[in-house]
Amino acid sequence: MAPIPGSGLAKGLAVTLRTMTKKTVTEQYPDTQPDLPPRTRGVIGLFEENCTVCMLCARECPDWCIYIDSHKETVPAAAPGGRERSRNVLDRFAIDFSLCMYCGICIEVCPFDALFWSPEFEYAETDIHELTHERDKLREWMWTVPAPPALDPGAEEPKEIAAARKTAEKLAAAQAAEAAQVAQPAQLAEAAPAPEVTEAAQTKPAEVTQVEPVDPTEPPEGQS
Amino acid sequence: MNDALDVALRLLIVFVVFLTFPLIVGQTEHKVMAHMQGRLGPMYAGGFHGWAQLVADGVKFAQKEDIVPTGADRRIFQLAPAVALLPYLLVLLAIPIGPSEGAVGQVLDAGIFFVLAVMGVSVLGSLMAGWASANKFSLLGGLRTAAQLLAYELPMLLTAASVAMAAGTVSLPGIVDAFHWWWLPWQIVGAIVFFVAGLAELQRPPFDMPVADSEIIFGAYTEYTGLRFALFLLAEYAGIVVLCGLTTVLFLGGWHGPWGADGLGWVWTLLKSAILAFVVIWLRVTYPRLREDQLQKLSWTLLVPLSLAQIALTGVVKVVFL
Repeated sequence: MAPIPGSGLAKGLAVTLRTMTKKTVTEQYPDTQPDLPPRTRGVIGLFEENCTVCMLCARECPDWCIYIDSHKETVPAAAPGGRERSRNVLDRFAIDFSLCMYCGICIEVCPFDALFWSPEFEYAETDIHELTHERDKLREWMWTVPAPPALDPGAEEPKEIAAARKTAEKLAAAQAAEAAQVAQPAQLAEAAPAPEVTEAAQTKPAEVTQVEPVDPTEPPEGQS
Repeated sequence: MNDALDVALRLLIVFVVFLTFPLIVGQTEHKVMAHMQGRLGPMYAGGFHGWAQLVADGVKFAQKEDIVPTGADRRIFQLAPAVALLPYLLVLLAIPIGPSEGAVGQVLDAGIFFVLAVMGVSVLGSLMAGWASANKFSLLGGLRTAAQLLAYELPMLLTAASVAMAAGTVSLPGIVDAFHWWWLPWQIVGAIVFFVAGLAELQRPPFDMPVADSEIIFGAYTEYTGLRFALFLLAEYAGIVVLCGLTTVLFLGGWHGPWGADGLGWVWTLLKSAILAFVVIWLRVTYPRLREDQLQKLSWTLLVPLSLAQIALTGVVKVVFL
């Protein structure tokens, strides 16, 4: 059927009239804050307790906008007769946001989860030098990092939780075995070293889960 | 003494209407256009939904430097905005909004002649501006304005003549007095032609080739700035008020409401004019600008024949049935 002449004109009028009755899409930004998703690339926060000064972020940064200074400190031996250990102490960590292109490689590459995206974006300055955020400011941004969004229903269990659960199950099995052994006093002498083994098994996985509790997306092995 | 006071009061009222109604139309255009495009439009000026946006614009225009280009024809250049604006003030004087003597600035026996002739003068303002600016784009805009005036004045006059024939008078209050509801279907073609031709004469989108900011950078107004430019803009919106008022009076029965005389005649006139003004804005938002040749084609091959047909129909009905 041939269209009625002028039906296109009428259609155009209908479109504008319908749009007028709909809600506008304008964001009244300075009056109301935008509703940003938790992964928004606003600013980078530093969780400096996790930083080991491995320099991976500074090296991978395409803009070379991360500045890290550090020095070594010697930690006295933990046990008498033991060896002294040295560790890196962070002196300066700064990101120059006038250079940063928000690629997020530093965050991806950090093996210790010391860098995070924060959705905060209102940090414009009148002086470009003030866009270099030093570690205290980067630490402040850390408080604005939202919790990671919940996993999809039916999603695979996060790897570190799976690992923790596996060790917990192992531990429970070991304890059950120990209890079974205790119940048999005839074999008491042979079972004597068993509790030490289970204790070791108990502390080890607990440490593992404490060191890396944060990022569910990171595989437990780290880098390939 | 009393007469002088009466005249002064009428002039004052017409003048106030002339200054406020175009601004109301302009503000409505800001808002309606914004919402038709999914936006909010001005929200800050004046505090409540940007009601004072046009006041702020006016203040801005008044603060700007008044520039006349070196090569321009100085006096004509400076006079042009007034020529564009003032005719609408005169036309407003003759448009009746209510049935009584007091509801019209000045009763004119030859109302239609006066109104159409004076409205045509307004276009001369753009023409003068285009010629006097000493600018190629202005000249192009001025020529387009002239072509548009020629093309669209004719169907406008013909359809107005059709209404005058139907009413048997050329007085505007006389035409509204003679109005019956069945004039609406009888004169509908004329009404549409009159309205469209009026839009073209006002150079409103989609008939804004003479100003076409993306082709000939505002045509005749290219060299204008500050208050004189604001006057041209005001002329456009005053033109909308006048066109809507005229269409209401000529074709939509002016102060006749659907329930006969109810003492609210002027409300009906204003309501009908407001609805027409909304349609003007609506058309602007909806349709893209016509090309210059399409514009001429629309007038000569569609509107002129339609208006002639309307005159023929009016004549036949008038002779055979009345």
